Amino acid sequence: MNDFSYTQAASAKEATGIIKEKPQAAYIAGGTTLLDMMKANLLEPPQLVDLNQLPFKGIEQTSDGLRIGAIERMSTVGEHPLVVQQFPAVSQALLLAASPQLRNMASIGGNILQRTRCGYFRDAAFPCNKRVPGSGCPAIAGDHHNLAILGVSDSCIATAYPGDLSVALAAFDAVLTLENQKGKQRRVPITEFYLLPGKTPQRENVLESGELIVAVTIPGAAHARRSTYLKVRERSSYAYALASAAVGLDVQNGTIRTARVALGGVGAQPWRSREAEKVLTGAPATEATFLAAAAAALQGAQPLEHNRFKVELAQNTLVRALQQVA
Amino acid sequence: MKPNDKQIGSSLNRVDGRLKVTGAAKYSAEYELPNLTYGVLVGSTIAKGRITSLDTKAAQNAPGVLAVISHLNSPKVPGFQPTGKEPSQPQTGGEPLKVFFDDKIRFNDQPIALVVADTLQRARHAARLVQAQYARETHQTNMVAGAKDAFLPSSAKKNPKSPMADYQRGQPDAYQTAALKIEQEYVIPTEHHHPMEMQSITAHWEAPDRLTLYDKTQGTIGTRRDFAKEWNLPEDHVKVIATYVGGAFGNALHSWPHESAAIIGAKVTGRPVKLMLTREQMFTMVGYRPYTWQKIGMSATADGRITAITHESIGQTSSYQEFTESTLQQTRMMYQSPNLTTRYRLAALDVSTPIWMRGPGEATGSFALESAMDEMAHLLKLDPMEFRLRNYTEQDPEKNRPWSTKFLRECYAKGAELVGWNKRQLQPGTLREGDWLLGYGMGVGTFGANRGAAHVSARLQPDGTVLLQCATTDIGPGTGTAMTQIAADTLGLPPERIRFELGQSGFPQAGSQGGSSTVNTVGQAVQDACLALKDRLRELAAPGTPAFATAKKEDVALTDGHLTLPGNAARVPFATLLQQPDAALVNVESKANGADKDKFSMYSFSVHFAEVAVHALTGEVRVRKLVSCADAGTIINLKTAANQMKGGAVGGIGMALMEHAVIDDRYGRYVTKDFADYHVPVQADAPAVEVFFVNQPDYHVNQLGTKGIGEIATIGVAPAIANAVFNATGKRVRELPITPDKLV
Repeated sequence: MNDFSYTQAASAKEATGIIKEKPQAAYIAGGTTLLDMMKANLLEPPQLVDLNQLPFKGIEQTSDGLRIGAIERMSTVGEHPLVVQQFPAVSQALLLAASPQLRNMASIGGNILQRTRCGYFRDAAFPCNKRVPGSGCPAIAGDHHNLAILGVSDSCIATAYPGDLSVALAAFDAVLTLENQKGKQRRVPITEFYLLPGKTPQRENVLESGELIVAVTIPGAAHARRSTYLKVRERSSYAYALASAAVGLDVQNGTIRTARVALGGVGAQPWRSREAEKVLTGAPATEATFLAAAAAALQGAQPLEHNRFKVELAQNTLVRALQQVA
Repeated sequence: MKPNDKQIGSSLNRVDGRLKVTGAAKYSAEYELPNLTYGVLVGSTIAKGRITSLDTKAAQNAPGVLAVISHLNSPKVPGFQPTGKEPSQPQTGGEPLKVFFDDKIRFNDQPIALVVADTLQRARHAARLVQAQYARETHQTNMVAGAKDAFLPSSAKKNPKSPMADYQRGQPDAYQTAALKIEQEYVIPTEHHHPMEMQSITAHWEAPDRLTLYDKTQGTIGTRRDFAKEWNLPEDHVKVIATYVGGAFGNALHSWPHESAAIIGAKVTGRPVKLMLTREQMFTMVGYRPYTWQKIGMSATADGRITAITHESIGQTSSYQEFTESTLQQTRMMYQSPNLTTRYRLAALDVSTPIWMRGPGEATGSFALESAMDEMAHLLKLDPMEFRLRNYTEQDPEKNRPWSTKFLRECYAKGAELVGWNKRQLQPGTLREGDWLLGYGMGVGTFGANRGAAHVSARLQPDGTVLLQCATTDIGPGTGTAMTQIAADTLGLPPERIRFELGQSGFPQAGSQGGSSTVNTVGQAVQDACLALKDRLRELAAPGTPAFATAKKEDVALTDGHLTLPGNAARVPFATLLQQPDAALVNVESKANGADKDKFSMYSFSVHFAEVAVHALTGEVRVRKLVSCADAGTIINLKTAANQMKGGAVGGIGMALMEHAVIDDRYGRYVTKDFADYHVPVQADAPAVEVFFVNQPDYHVNQLGTKGIGEIATIGVAPAIANAVFNATGKRVRELPITPDKLV
């Protein structure tokens, strides 16, 4: 761990101003990702800019949907009645993640920006294209049993976002509000926020240098109210997903009017599956439909030797999740 | 309490429970000494080769740094001189790593430098600045490749009667020609102990030839011996303190390079050095359960009598030191089989040396044996418990002599009742609750009921309490509590009048806490010391009160500040007996188990029953019920003993379902190096474990009748779960852990 200075930013302007001067400085909110990486000598920011005093707070109903401040804690949001009622899948994704201690610390913005758990990325003794561009990807011929099978490239097969929240956010069309160094805000759908690895796995999202996540807005919908998040992992709690599914269905008289599907643990980014949604929309809410939707969701999978099981596991996870909300 | 209430067999609360839960108990990394410094180790990033250059300049110049020590500047450690046991002499069994001794790299993350600084943060920062260059050599960390050169351990070569030597009764490999047989391979991956408290040491040279170590160790005497030898000091010049140990499970049974490094650091700086491993370093710088390949061939008659078993095993060890364990012991004695073959081999890899991990080799071996028993029962269409009962051994078939005691049959019956074995269906995949497939499985465990030698002192204090001391350690089972109970009953005193001190090498000697032997060994010594104390007090009372001269020591009682005889026939105040200093102090040695050891085979036995649910779609396994039954002789403390059984069972859940360290063989380096990657059970994985003790004494082991429970708590749990998974799904998983990818 390196020596670093610490500043508590009183405003977004002050925070972004520091990064402008010192691009290597890092924002810190809950610190649950950043400090881990600093302790492993993977990140060595000369300065930390604490965002906890910024007014990126509140969970409130707006005309666009439910707006959640980026500095809110995972536990607060996961337990909030508006979230529980309107977006059960979002609440479940938050509360099935990590441990109570971590959920009490970690912010929503930080969660969206959490880094991959790929063991090669997390140890500087290994090559890793994401950490050191051009150094190679040992995971492809190595231990990749819990790495991605969708959206991967020859440069990187990491589940760049290993968590849960963004999977649910991707399913329900959440939009991020971002603020850049000039104080200008823009809105980016979360499905367009993450970048696939391609040849540049070091670039994980569309954030500009110093740009902040201000809030997340999730539009209300019938399929969101009837939703669930199912997470399959190697132990009952406190583990990353092998496969997960955020699904929502609006079913009337046995027919699916609208559907939302996103998968976690299998994609190079939170994996919205419009292919599965297409199969589901207008179809009867039956097991045959769910199986067809699951097959469609995994059609483009590119599994390797040790994560081949994920093709079937993800399909079964999706089917099980759809059965739960149907 | 009434004075005649028995403490042995009660559920006395832990005598140190309050200290532990309030944080008052001091662990090895919590000692603050004047001028304390902090050490951080730098590990190699290659698995085999030589250090060609080591740039320590930046670290040396970093703020607060007092020393950067490596093979380039390490002081001469007397015990590190050539011993003729070098790995280049393979017949010797090798020797532990000599830290900073030469430029050779023998495993990945081998300590190559120690940074000592005035704060932990500064040491950690500087450690990051040390840069090494290497000349790489081709390494081998892959067991499949390593197993091709598997070899008989040197201990077996030297001694054909060694438990590591090949064993044969009847015809060799007789199963091969039988009609009804199975032949299967089983694999256990590398597993790590990961006790909550990481390995730590504070090394302090109190004088140039006097060393004090606050050290996480399972044996203060063994650690003292190791470092006295390393520094060529008289043993009594080395003091080892391990009053509290936050779990160990075997990984503090050896001395490790970080301990040597801290002592070197303290020597160089002239100040005490505190060194605690990081969780990542716990994967590489202390031992682990070795990756083990096993093969079992078994044949039986149609009516379920085993006719032959062949059990082979290859365990992983390091290139510089042989580590062996009793993987095949249970197979040789658990079931009646006229023909039986065992072969134990090692594969030397470019990894650090393994060490016993709870249940040690027996837990590894029982996974194969008890899975094979289940496979054979399935082939024979027999209930697996019935199959075991048909092959029950009434005496030890390995040594051809009687058991000291064996109540395993009682354990089977009780466990079957508690788990609801009658619900088990012979046909796998039959029971279902929604999408969850249900299954039942059992696994048997056994471990030697060993009793070694130990010394204990007992002293009557002026306040009427009795102080007992022993160098033994308590890594968690509640040793101090059990010893207090034994002393209370022997002396006839309430437990609050007893104080049992442990965990210091300066106390009367005892062996390490390991192999389920502490209560058997130290418990006997406590009883002996208490009886000797009574006798001493009787002698002290005799000149003034002649009735004591002819009294038996057993009849002497300590009552309300007086030494008394039955019926108040005589009564002497303690003050009268304590007029001379140390008059009421005895120091007793209890010898290791003697003649009975050759007449009887002494084992603890356990059987574990599991009820599991497996999700039909996602392959998640949930252990819904676990019943652990033990024939472990007298149970001294029902509460702490049950606690130990439950902890062992949860360890077994980890072994069965999740623990798995992954090495990338191309780099010879662990990819799993934190708790996000290396899974151990969390609360939600652990059901309420039901524990049953037969609680029948075995007086061949000692006069208390204890047999030991630490190991049998884990041995047999993993196969019980694996067998239950088979019963639920029809899928037989022979390579642990049983993760969803193997069931989906």
